[in-house]
Amino acid sequence: MKKLSLFTLLAIVLTVAIGFSSCKKVKDSDLQTTISTALAANPDASDVSVAVEKGVAVLSGTVKDEATSLAVAAIAKAVKNVKSVANNLTIVPPAPQIPLVNPVDEALISALKDALKDNSSVMSSVKDGIITLTGEIKKQDLPKLLQKVSALKPIKIDNQLTIK
Amino acid sequence: MTLQEKYTELIDAAKISGATDLQVFEQSSVLHIEGNVPSGEVKDQLWAIYDKIDPNFASSDLVMNVNTVVTEGGKVKVITKGSNLNIRKGPGTDQPIVGKAANGEIITLISKANDLWWLVRTIDGEEGYSYAQYLEPVV
Repeated sequence: MKKLSLFTLLAIVLTVAIGFSSCKKVKDSDLQTTISTALAANPDASDVSVAVEKGVAVLSGTVKDEATSLAVAAIAKAVKNVKSVANNLTIVPPAPQIPLVNPVDEALISALKDALKDNSSVMSSVKDGIITLTGEIKKQDLPKLLQKVSALKPIKIDNQLTIK
Repeated sequence: MTLQEKYTELIDAAKISGATDLQVFEQSSVLHIEGNVPSGEVKDQLWAIYDKIDPNFASSDLVMNVNTVVTEGGKVKVITKGSNLNIRKGPGTDQPIVGKAANGEIITLISKANDLWWLVRTIDGEEGYSYAQYLEPVV
């Protein structure tokens, strides 16, 4: 009986010890969740993913610059129980903002240069496929001018020309 | 009055002119008349009717893109109404001039680079690109 209770006591002690140590050990998956949540607040870290192995946070993905890379690593490092951070982030600078242009308008503007070459008193502008003609022209030259402009297949020719 | 009604005389004239691939359609309150006509004379007639219905083409409610049918390898006439026609190294007014053809001169159409620029050859053998709107078929 005494033997048994000693065994029981030992078992209890062991159980408590194991339980205590597993309580102390923070799960990698929990760390990963905590770091991910912290990073989610940072819009610059939207393309960053994190894995945790034995308390080491491994960052992968892309960020826009070095400063963001360091900031993201610092966020991960600041999470309690993270031993260290392996920063595998790739820096990909954002593509320059190209203004959206209507390719049709671009083609029309380019073609108008040729079409209006012989009509120096005529000005033109293009928007949404509509060609606007301003300036002045001799009546005899007007049909030929409009033939040249019509051949460019615009949506509309807004004729604001003054007859000389 | 619809645009088709306004330009009835023009549309009818185009239909009986022997035009091929004739298309008449309205888009965004603008009437479009497109097609190929047999001669420069017919083209001029249609534009004269257009001018009569809509003096000085001032209403901006019609885009008429009718062009003469020219076959590659055939003869074309220069219609610059006065000045010389430039013949250029490539299709574009930014290209260097390699030759000139006088108004009324008959030259050879080698091929059509695109709708706007055609490759031609003069009697003197000068070859290059000219603006298609200044060329019409010889009939």
